[in-house]
Amino acid sequence: MQPALQLKHITKRFGRDVLANDDVSLDVYKGEVLAILGENGCGKTTLMNMVAGIYFPDAGSISIDGTEVVIRSPKDAFDHKIGMIHQHFKLVDIFTAAENVALGLKGKGGNDIKKVNAKVEEIARRYGFHIDPKKKIYDMSVSEKQTVEIIKVLYRGADILILDEPTAVLTLQEIRRLFEILRRMVADGKSVIIITHKLNEVMEVSDRVAVMRKGRLIDIVNTSETSEGALTDMMVGRKVNLNIARSEPVDPRPRIEVKGLNLSDAEGVRILKNVSFTARGGEILGIAGIAGSGQKELLECIAGLQKPQSGEIIFTNPKKNRPVTFFHKQLGQIRHMAAQGLFHDPDGNAVKLGGLSDKQVRQLVQDEKILFNDDEVMSLRDKTPLEIRDLGVKLSFVPEDRLGMGLVGSMGISDNMMLRSYRKGQGIFLERSKPKKLGEDIVRDLDVVTPSVRTPVRRLSGGNVQKVLVGREISSSPKVLMAAYPVRGLDINSSYTIYNLLNTQKEKGTAVIFVGEDLDVLMALCDRILVMNSGAVTGTVDGRTVQKEELGYLMTKTHTEGEND
Amino acid sequence: MNPWVDFLLDSLGFGATFMYGSTGEILTEKAGHLNLGIPGVMCMGGAGGCLMLNLIGESALPPFLIVILGILASFLTGALMGLIYSFLTVTLRANQNVTGLALTTFGVGLMKVLMSDKTRISVKRYLVTPKQYFRFPFAGRSDSLQVLGVMFFLAVIVACLSSYVLYRTRTGLNLRAVGENPGTADAAGINVTRYKYLATCIGSGIAGLGGLYYIIDYMASQEAYLSIEAYGWLSIALVIFVLWKPHMTIPGSFIFGVLFSCSSHIANIPWITVTVAAKPILKMLPYLFTIVVLIISSIRNKRENQPPASLGLSYFREER
Repeated sequence: MQPALQLKHITKRFGRDVLANDDVSLDVYKGEVLAILGENGCGKTTLMNMVAGIYFPDAGSISIDGTEVVIRSPKDAFDHKIGMIHQHFKLVDIFTAAENVALGLKGKGGNDIKKVNAKVEEIARRYGFHIDPKKKIYDMSVSEKQTVEIIKVLYRGADILILDEPTAVLTLQEIRRLFEILRRMVADGKSVIIITHKLNEVMEVSDRVAVMRKGRLIDIVNTSETSEGALTDMMVGRKVNLNIARSEPVDPRPRIEVKGLNLSDAEGVRILKNVSFTARGGEILGIAGIAGSGQKELLECIAGLQKPQSGEIIFTNPKKNRPVTFFHKQLGQIRHMAAQGLFHDPDGNAVKLGGLSDKQVRQLVQDEKILFNDDEVMSLRDKTPLEIRDLGVKLSFVPEDRLGMGLVGSMGISDNMMLRSYRKGQGIFLERSKPKKLGEDIVRDLDVVTPSVRTPVRRLSGGNVQKVLVGREISSSPKVLMAAYPVRGLDINSSYTIYNLLNTQKEKGTAVIFVGEDLDVLMALCDRILVMNSGAVTGTVDGRTVQKEELGYLMTKTHTEGEND
Repeated sequence: MNPWVDFLLDSLGFGATFMYGSTGEILTEKAGHLNLGIPGVMCMGGAGGCLMLNLIGESALPPFLIVILGILASFLTGALMGLIYSFLTVTLRANQNVTGLALTTFGVGLMKVLMSDKTRISVKRYLVTPKQYFRFPFAGRSDSLQVLGVMFFLAVIVACLSSYVLYRTRTGLNLRAVGENPGTADAAGINVTRYKYLATCIGSGIAGLGGLYYIIDYMASQEAYLSIEAYGWLSIALVIFVLWKPHMTIPGSFIFGVLFSCSSHIANIPWITVTVAAKPILKMLPYLFTIVVLIISSIRNKRENQPPASLGLSYFREER
C-alpha cells in the first residue's frame, strides 16, 4: 500500500552542536493512528514541525502519496493537506471560533462569515464535536480551544493530522472524547499522527508506535504486538556510564521537608498534587520527570516565588554549636532567645544575658561567644523570597531562555554579581570592589571565557552564562542549592564543570536539589532521585542502585489516585 | 447663519483633519505597529500635496484633475513616510516608539524647509487658486459651510470604508489577526510582513491627506502648515478615544473639534469671560476626555475595546 506520508532520511541540526533529528525515516498510512513516543528533547516535535512547514530539514525528503514535495511554510503544508495542532494553541483570543477557522483563507465575497459558521457546524456534526462557532476564544475552556484547532485543520481539508501532546491539558473525560473523535477521523480515511510521552494513551489509541530517542528513530512497532514495558525500554535506552565522581553522603540530615504541597494555577489547573519529600544536607537529590511535570513550580514554591494553596515547607537551619550573628538576629531577639535558654557558650554553659548591657552583648556576639544549642527549624511558607534567600536557600534557576531569570543580559559579570549584594553597601553609593573581585574569582575558578568582567553577559556563550549564574549562587555558601536544568545546551566539558561544582557543594554539607532531564546524568550524580509525573511524586529511588527502566516506568506511570476529583 | 450652527459646522470641518490622521493610525495599529510618526507624516502629506499643487495649480488642467493629483501626491508622500517607518520597524525590527518619534521630528522639520522656500513656492499657485476647487460644492460661501469640501466627504468615506474592510472582509480579519497575534496569523498562512507594510503605508497615506486638507481646505492660509504637528498628536489621542474603530472617528473627530476650538467661541458668550490665559487650558479638553475614555474602557475591561494585543511588538518567526 502507498504510504500517505513518507519521511526519508530526515536530518535537522540547530546550530553546530545540536543534532535534533538524525536520519529519521518513517511511513504513515491512510486510516491509521501513528503514535510518536519519546522523552522530552528526543526530537519528536522537531520532526513533525518539519512536516508542518515550521522548520526546513537539512537533509532528507518528504513524500505525500508517493510524490516528493517541498514544504517551506505552514501554507505549503496546508496545500499538501497536512495540518498540525500545536501544543500551544495558535488562536486569536478576541475572534470567534469561526473567525479563527477562516483566518488566512480566501473568502467568497465580502461578509461570508455566516457560511463559515455553517460549515464549522457541519464538520462538528460529522465528527461529534461540541462547539458554538460564534463563541469568542477568550470565553472557551482549554478543551474547546483544542476543538477549534482541530476544526481549523479539518476545515482546510487536511488528510494528515498531527497532534502535539494533545492530552497534556485535558481531563480524563475530555481525553476519551478526543480519542473517540480521532477514531472517527481514521474511519473517514484520514491519517493521524499523535506525539506523546504517555504510554497508556499510546496503547489505547494508536495502531503503530514510532519510538524516538535522542533524535534517532529507534523502532516502529505495531501497538497490538508490544507492551508498555517493551516501549519503556526502547524509550530510555541502555545505561551509559558517565564517570561522574560521586562521594558517599556524610551525615545526611533533613534540611528541607516538603509535606503535602498543592499548587494550582490561575485557571485552576493543578500543577502540584500532594507533593512530599525530604532533601538532606550533604546529599544530591535529583528530580526526574518529563519537562512540565511541576518541577519548576516545586522549586519556585520552595524559593517563595509561588504561593502553594496548601502544604508545609519546613527548613532546618544547621545552627547547632554555631555562633549567633547579627546577620539573621537582632539584639532583642537574641536577648529573648537567651532567656528561653537556647544558647550556650564555648565551654558548654548556658548563656544568660540578664545583667549585661547592650554593648556587652554586642561584644559577645562579635567574639562568637554565644552559640546555638540546636538547629533552627522554621516554615518557609510565611517568608518572603528575600528572607528565604538570606537564610541560604538558593535557587539557581536555568530557565528555557538562560538570561530570563537571574542575570541581566546587558550588564557585565560584576554588575550581575551586584544584583545579589546591592543592598549591602554603605550609604547611598554602591559597593563595587567586592562584586568585581567575586566576578574575577568566578571567571578564574570556573574558566569562564570572557574578554572581561565588564562584558555584557548576553555576549557570552550559553555555557559561560550558566557558569556565571551557578557560580554566583554558590559563592555565598548556600545551605540549599536548587539547580534546574543547569547543563541544558552545554557541551560536555562545561557540563562536567557544573557537575563538579554541585558535588563540591554537596561535600560542604549543602542540600543540593538537581532537576535534570538526562536520566544517565541523574543516575550518575544523584544520591536519591525523586520522580514526578503530572505534578505528583510517583516514587523516590536510590540513585546508586536504580535501573533505568524503573525510572522510565515511574516517569510515565499515570498517577490515578485522587486524579478524578 | 446662527453663530452656534456656524461653530458646529466649523468644528465638523476642523475634525476632518483628525479623522484622516486617526483612520490612518488605526489601520497601522491594527497591524500591530504604533506609529508615533503620524504628526510628521501629516506634515509631509501636506507638503507633498502643496508641492504638487504648486506645479499644477494654475495650469490648464481641468479642476477635478488638479484636486485628484493634489490628493494623490499627498497620499503618496504620506505612504512614502510610512514606507520608511515600515522598513525600519518591520524589516529591521527597530523600536517602534523611537522610530516614530524620529519620523515626526524629520517630517515636521523637512516640511518647514520645503514650505518656507518662498522663491519656489507661490501662495497663489498652491493655495489661492486650488482652494476654490477643493471647497467644491460650497466654495465661495462666507460661513463655515465653505470648509466642507471634497476632502471632507472623502474623509467620511475613507473612515466608513476602513471600518467595512476591517470588520466585514477577510482582508480585515487577517489584518486584525496580524495585530493581535502575528504568530498565529503566520501559522495560518498569512503573509505577516506584507500586511504590516501595506497597512502602515496605506494608513500613513491616509494620515498624510489630513495635512493637505488642513492647509488647503480648512485653514486655506499660508501659515497653516506651522500648526499641523499639534493635530498629529491629537489624532493619536483620538485613536484611543474611539477605541480603535475607524467609523467612530466621524463623531469622535467632531467632539474633538468642538472641544479644541470651543475656547475661541466661548468668548462670544456674553455671560462668560475667558481670559487669554484660560484658552490653552480649554485646548487641553480633548486630551482630558481621552484620559476619561481610557479610564472607563479600562474599568469595563471589555476585550474588544483593548488595543491590539501585539501593538508595539516586533514579530520574528524564529524567535520563540
